[in-house]
Amino acid sequence: MKLTGSKILLESLSLEGVDTIFGYPGGTVINIYDDLMGSSIKHILTRHEQAAVHAADGYARATGKVGVAIATSGPGATNTITGIANAYMDSIPMVVITGQVPTGLIGNDAFQEADLVGITRPITKHNYLVKDIKDLARIIKQAFYIARTGRPGPVVVDLPKDIQMATTKFEYPETVELRGYKPTFSGNVRMIEKAIKMMLSAKKPVLYVGGGATLTDAHAELMELAETLQAPVTTTLMGMASFPTRHPLSLGMLGMHGTYYANMAVTNSDLLIALGARFDDRVTGKIDTFAPHAKIIHVDVDPTSIKKNVRVDLPIVGDLRDVLKKMNKALGEKKEDVAQANEAHKPWLEEIAAWRKEHPMSYKPSKTEIKPQFVIEKLRELSNDDAIITTEVGQHQMWTAQFFEFTQPRTFLSSGGLGTMGYGLPAALGAQAAFPERQVIDVSGDGSFQMNSQELATLVQYRLPVKIVILNNNFLGMVRQWQQLFFDKRYSQTCMELPIDFTKLAEAYGATGLKATKPEEVEEVIKKAFATPGPVIMEFKISREENVMPMVPSGAALNEMVLAS
Amino acid sequence: MRHTISVLVENEFGVLTRIAGLFSGRGFNIESLSVAPTLDPTLSRMTIVTSGDDRIIEQVNKQLNKLIDTIKIIDFTGEDFIEREMALIKVNAEDSTRAEILRICDIFRGKVVDVTPKCYTVEVTGSPVKVNAIIDLLRPMGIKELVRSGPVVLGRGPKGWKGN
Repeated sequence: MKLTGSKILLESLSLEGVDTIFGYPGGTVINIYDDLMGSSIKHILTRHEQAAVHAADGYARATGKVGVAIATSGPGATNTITGIANAYMDSIPMVVITGQVPTGLIGNDAFQEADLVGITRPITKHNYLVKDIKDLARIIKQAFYIARTGRPGPVVVDLPKDIQMATTKFEYPETVELRGYKPTFSGNVRMIEKAIKMMLSAKKPVLYVGGGATLTDAHAELMELAETLQAPVTTTLMGMASFPTRHPLSLGMLGMHGTYYANMAVTNSDLLIALGARFDDRVTGKIDTFAPHAKIIHVDVDPTSIKKNVRVDLPIVGDLRDVLKKMNKALGEKKEDVAQANEAHKPWLEEIAAWRKEHPMSYKPSKTEIKPQFVIEKLRELSNDDAIITTEVGQHQMWTAQFFEFTQPRTFLSSGGLGTMGYGLPAALGAQAAFPERQVIDVSGDGSFQMNSQELATLVQYRLPVKIVILNNNFLGMVRQWQQLFFDKRYSQTCMELPIDFTKLAEAYGATGLKATKPEEVEEVIKKAFATPGPVIMEFKISREENVMPMVPSGAALNEMVLAS
Repeated sequence: MRHTISVLVENEFGVLTRIAGLFSGRGFNIESLSVAPTLDPTLSRMTIVTSGDDRIIEQVNKQLNKLIDTIKIIDFTGEDFIEREMALIKVNAEDSTRAEILRICDIFRGKVVDVTPKCYTVEVTGSPVKVNAIIDLLRPMGIKELVRSGPVVLGRGPKGWKGN
């Protein structure tokens, strides 16, 4: 049977198991939207294309499936750019469908034309311009395959309007043939054996865990390795929640705003085992002094991540979960050596315990002002264990990472690599669409929230009961903190000046708005928000010049951290 | 250090941009790049001359490999290979210099492929070093225009690289 391009697209999405997509209609996708009316795929209309892509991203991070977003050509497509770049930096599997002007008009500066394949080339894992209806099904198949395999990432399919209207026989390919794309899945056994030897002879090992642990759902395998080896675990922002923060072996986050003990452990370690992490500058600080005494084992599915930033003594390319399984199996066969190694690690764990005692994660409590860290602690206490937390970018993001104490995988969705303000609310929207019954909480600052606050409308329209925490200091807090510490308190353009009444904003959209201005009101507001159906904004007027501490100043070594301001 | 890399890619729309964009986006040097389809019309073969320290060259190779459209890469540096480049050189040919130009051409096994009363266009093929040498010798006569193809390379010996 012959189908139109738009029908072929929707059929293909269904065959890929897509049940929810996020998007915004327009002239060059109007055919697709017409066919959506009879389709089983649920479409969520966001209020901005950027939000549609972040929502697909949040959906993907929460579920592990490929997120799908759709936008029209020209401005619709260019509005997706930040969302695509965000997903690219954090390796999130995603397919973004954009409309394009008819093939005959491409290059003519037609109305709402933009060269999206050109624009998105450096921020996608791959992208396609469909020029022939006969290629469409194959391209969709390939797009999903590329998005979800190897190091995952966003794939853009730019689909001209005339291709959507053309017809051809629909046959969805069963297999993918890409002679230039064969990602390594299976970790090399001989390299893994070498790694085991290094692990068993190390005195001061540290497991440094990144987003790869979440992307491969390797939480159980990671736990097994850490406990078998009795090796401490520190995670990056992206690795957060892949290892429970309260576990005795957890060091919390490392890097610029990491814990004192995590950064000291890395600096003094003799073996750093990097698992699905990529040595970002926010993690390493000054690269020359990063882990100066350690041999480095680097496990990553992407060969380009290895030896990009740091020297590596033993590279292992492969799927992290596969590699961890093989490591655990090999260690299971060496019980005596493992027992000896555990014994040898004891003084190391004691050394770390001393650092932890010396400078635990802490803040100065206050009886008069609401401390943001206090709000995060209360949020942890009062929310469900499987609550999904999203954040925007800035101080509130770091406080959440430092104080929330995550226990379950895929419960912390945050923009790591790109650092996108305005990510959290639409990401929460996407996560809530995937899990209507779970608690989904966007922790936000007053600056970030205003970057995509229009999505309140989407939440209310689709009855997505996202709870929004706004830590309101009326500052662009993280930049202000840098200005305070490094620019002599010259607060250039970081004071928001106009105070927004966020409770009224919530009400304008038909959501609920709650506000706390004193510490004793915090618990009540959170409890009330959780008991209120539908989306709720909780606005907390926090101490205005609170800083995120500890902090490794930009370009300093990890052990040169500032502990308090 | 200078590296000559052959890259086999899908002969598809936008591939050249992907390769060129990769080099500019990541700050890699690109000294020359030549590209044409292979015997198999679905493939193109590129020859890229780049430079950088070992760490950068490792990244160049890995990043090229990471592109979906890239099928195979050979870094010929340290290998035994034939490197050839072609140049077309339009040079002033006065009565006093004509004979000299022809002699130089002869030495370099070049050919005069276009003649006017005032100039010769010389075609020469060889390693980039050889091409540099003839340019240096012709420069005193006055070079009016010059175009170089950038080198193409092939490994020596009987072994062929699949996807020629």
